Amino acid sequence: MPIDPAHVKILKAEDIIRERADTEAWWKRLYLPAIAIGLGVTIRNMIKNLLDPGGLPTIRYPEERRDYGDRFRGRHYLKKRPSGEPRCVACMMCATACPADCIYIVAGEHPDPAIEKYPVRFDIDGLRCIMCGYCVDACPEDAIAMTKEYEWASYEREDFIWDKEYLLNWRDEKVVEDGYQPYEGEIDKSRMSRGTL
Amino acid sequence: MDWTAVGISLLKAFLVFFGVVNTVPVLVWAERRGSAFIQHRLGPNRVNIAGFTLLGLVQPLADVVKFMWKEDYMPSHANRTFYLLAPVLLLVPAGMTFAVIPFADVLFVAGREIRMQVADLDIGILYVFALASLSVYGIVLAGWSSNNKYSLLGGIRSSAQMISYELALGLSVVGILMIYGSVRLDQIVYGQGELLFGVLPKWGVVTQPLAFVLFLAAVFAESNRLPFDLPEAENELVVGYHTEYSAMKFALFFMAEYMAMVTGAMLIVTLFFGGWQIPWISSEELRAAVGAVPTALLQLGSFSIKVLFFLWLFIWVRWTLPRFRYDQLMKLGWKTIFPLALANLFLTGLVLYFT
Repeated sequence: MPIDPAHVKILKAEDIIRERADTEAWWKRLYLPAIAIGLGVTIRNMIKNLLDPGGLPTIRYPEERRDYGDRFRGRHYLKKRPSGEPRCVACMMCATACPADCIYIVAGEHPDPAIEKYPVRFDIDGLRCIMCGYCVDACPEDAIAMTKEYEWASYEREDFIWDKEYLLNWRDEKVVEDGYQPYEGEIDKSRMSRGTL
Repeated sequence: MDWTAVGISLLKAFLVFFGVVNTVPVLVWAERRGSAFIQHRLGPNRVNIAGFTLLGLVQPLADVVKFMWKEDYMPSHANRTFYLLAPVLLLVPAGMTFAVIPFADVLFVAGREIRMQVADLDIGILYVFALASLSVYGIVLAGWSSNNKYSLLGGIRSSAQMISYELALGLSVVGILMIYGSVRLDQIVYGQGELLFGVLPKWGVVTQPLAFVLFLAAVFAESNRLPFDLPEAENELVVGYHTEYSAMKFALFFMAEYMAMVTGAMLIVTLFFGGWQIPWISSEELRAAVGAVPTALLQLGSFSIKVLFFLWLFIWVRWTLPRFRYDQLMKLGWKTIFPLALANLFLTGLVLYFT
């Protein structure tokens, strides 16, 4: 039903404030009861929190950790073949997909003709990486994935360039759960928008 | 010359001063932890000595160490003399004001009559007001000398605010002075020991409830605490007059603020809540029951509990109310509190004249 403009009342902010001040009870306009109510609210919250400090939302960080989801995109790692070599075939898909351009790969010829190529170098610059996970999605070999690791502070910039050996082996030194992994199920193409791909 | 009396006086001055100064770290602790729990946080609880955190009470110690070792920076175009003088000018009045506050009844020990206040001045409350209004110089000088527009604005606001609220502060007390007939704080406390209609203690808050509310608001404004902390208003003025101060000089401002709070609480208790009086028990009865020294200690305890409550009220209000706008502050001071204080004065005068 269309609204008749003659019935629309336009209120200015001052009018609203004045109206409210006029209709409010005199004891409310004294301001003091409102203060008392406010003080009641704060003291109630404080007593509640004093009696139950465990119920506070604070996470006491080094001792307590936030429980992140399984899709958390933390530091990458390279997966290995059973022989211990990287599964990566140096196809450059991840380096191409990377929006931050932080992956640097040098390909080399692999003696096994079934594998063809392997990465001689595989560096990720952790300071440029935006942790988007596109490399994980792009990889056709299921060779790179992410973990829930997020503690990589360092004093040296060089420490943030993770080379192949490091990416392959750092999980031996620190126990971290798997984070973002390649999608393994069927892709429902009907839900894809037509413009993409 | 009676050297024992001098010694006792010095001891009293020392004890009271160090009592008040040592309240400051405890207050900072209460403020930080209290505000944390009000806001669903934990507050500082990690600093420890050999694993003992004492609920976070070790934190002020760490703060002091930090203040001592921080770079003592001075802005290049600051007026050196006044820049260095300002924190002293603020701290000295704050440290002198509580000299006249009586914290227990007169103690009779070994044939001596020991007054439980540092200085038993005839002008009493006037001395307090005189010194309290001196502290505005510290703030204005700090704001002006540090050559920073925010500091200057903070200083200007502070001077306007303090002068406006001093009026309310003074006027709201006059009713009390009329009822108890003295400006000596010990006389006012004695007056509050009587009973009204045989049941209620004749405390200032009972005889002058309106004056109490006005005085409370004025004390908040005088000590620059929320909701009247416009001189520091951190979202507008960085932190106002002490923006350019660092290290221990900043700590002096901080201490002065908390000492002003202690003075304010002591004044409220002395004027409106019977000072060291324990309700329904007079000093004579107490002395007869438990002896002279325990009486003084009990009264000191009573005084301390009341003062601690009001100190907590300062903290509690700070974390409850938002800050006033500057024009609202002035409006409240001049158009509400000032006329109400005058009306209260008039009514008190009428009632006293006809009774």
